[in-house]
Amino acid sequence: MVARMTLFKKNLGIVAGLLLTFLLLQIPGALADELRVAVASNFLLPIKELSREFEKNTTNKVVVISASTGKLYAQIKQGAPFDVLLAADSLRPELLEKEGIGAPGSRFTYAVGRLALWSANIKLFLKNDLQVLNQKNFRYLAIANPKTAPYGKAAEQVLRKKGFWNQLQTRLVRGENISQTFQFLVTGNADIGFIALSQLMRNQGQLKGYSWKVPSEWHDPIRQQAILLKRAKTNKVAKEFLNFIKSNRVQKIIESYGYSLER
Amino acid sequence: MDIGTLDSGPIWLTLQLASVTVIILLAIGTPMAWWLAHTRSKMRVGIEALVALPLVLPPTVLGFYLLILLGPNGWIGGPVKALTGSPLSFTFTGLVFASTLYSLPFVVQPLQSNFESIGITPMETAASLGASRWDAFFSVILPLSRRGYLTATVLGFAHTLGEFGVVLMVGGNIPGKTKVISIEIYDRVEILEYTQAHILSVGLLLFSFIILLTVYSINKKLPVHVS
Repeated sequence: MVARMTLFKKNLGIVAGLLLTFLLLQIPGALADELRVAVASNFLLPIKELSREFEKNTTNKVVVISASTGKLYAQIKQGAPFDVLLAADSLRPELLEKEGIGAPGSRFTYAVGRLALWSANIKLFLKNDLQVLNQKNFRYLAIANPKTAPYGKAAEQVLRKKGFWNQLQTRLVRGENISQTFQFLVTGNADIGFIALSQLMRNQGQLKGYSWKVPSEWHDPIRQQAILLKRAKTNKVAKEFLNFIKSNRVQKIIESYGYSLER
Repeated sequence: MDIGTLDSGPIWLTLQLASVTVIILLAIGTPMAWWLAHTRSKMRVGIEALVALPLVLPPTVLGFYLLILLGPNGWIGGPVKALTGSPLSFTFTGLVFASTLYSLPFVVQPLQSNFESIGITPMETAASLGASRWDAFFSVILPLSRRGYLTATVLGFAHTLGEFGVVLMVGGNIPGKTKVISIEIYDRVEILEYTQAHILSVGLLLFSFIILLTVYSINKKLPVHVS
């Protein structure tokens, strides 16, 4: 009985020790000077490279949180502990500024999205323009949901402007965001679709397909804006980070990922 | 309060999906549950574990594989495309297929434990009185299983109502075909239309609560059969 009790106590000690270790492991992260950057899914890859660049010149850590702009906005409104938002549109940053959650005057366009038409099927690209959509030999055209995704809205504008919107209604499938739209295309579930040019650039080499850059005058510019959030108003690192994003050198990198720059 | 833009399409579609799914599940779940309840085969535990998988797997795993399986190059979508000209992804039929997998344990498990508690004796008694297997099942076992079937139907139905991740991944958000309530709520939240999101969410919450409440109170009144 006594032996058993000791055994129990010993195990209890191990469990308590483990628990304590897990708890302690959480603390350093909370104490260090870390910058929390909330970023729209389409910019996740560039921001990872840019964060590494930024971390080289400073002791501060950049923590990246990625989700759709709509979700990030809702989380920020509910007090999510983020310092900077890099959105996929200008609407949410504008709203945050108006609502006093974003620091006034800190908003700027860090990238302008470019739309591309893409298909894995060369037969669909005999004519290298939007006229491919006149063909009957495809079942589904994928776009991002125009209601939730800026790239989807741009795709809708292009289709409407060129008179395809009504005729293609029964063949449209909508991805929840531009990543899912791309996923529909890559898995072959949709035959052709409008995606972000940046998605093609990042997957170059490992993707077999045919693409065509949609002229940017055919839709409203997809202005992706950044804003400093109020809780980081006096945070020097956050301001440094935004200036870093604005810098010519970084803007060049962003361009190489398939974005345009604000003129 | 602006509810002008709220349309009932997704609601009907969801009810349709849940109904069709439950009917199919009862049809295939009954022989499965019966077999699981009475077999002495070594495969039993394996099949039981397979049936329970959707309980623990994240919907993303199911959604990911269904997207590949149902697509034009998939094992299921390929032949279907050859026959009908269109793969199963982005179709109502595809959603029914996905929901059937997703809600399988919610129908099979209650039926199985129901059949186990009834045991094989009533079947044997009926057989000794000259009833055929089918006759014995329909006139003896089924009436004894009301409780199990009620639970299975309601859980299967309610679980399909609440389906989200899988539909999101294989549905393609097509109004009237694959845009169910949960997706509609997700979209509304995303575009900051919180009023409409609230209306749909509260509706779904109350509806689900009421059907669960109904099944639990009826279940309390129904007799339990233990052999």
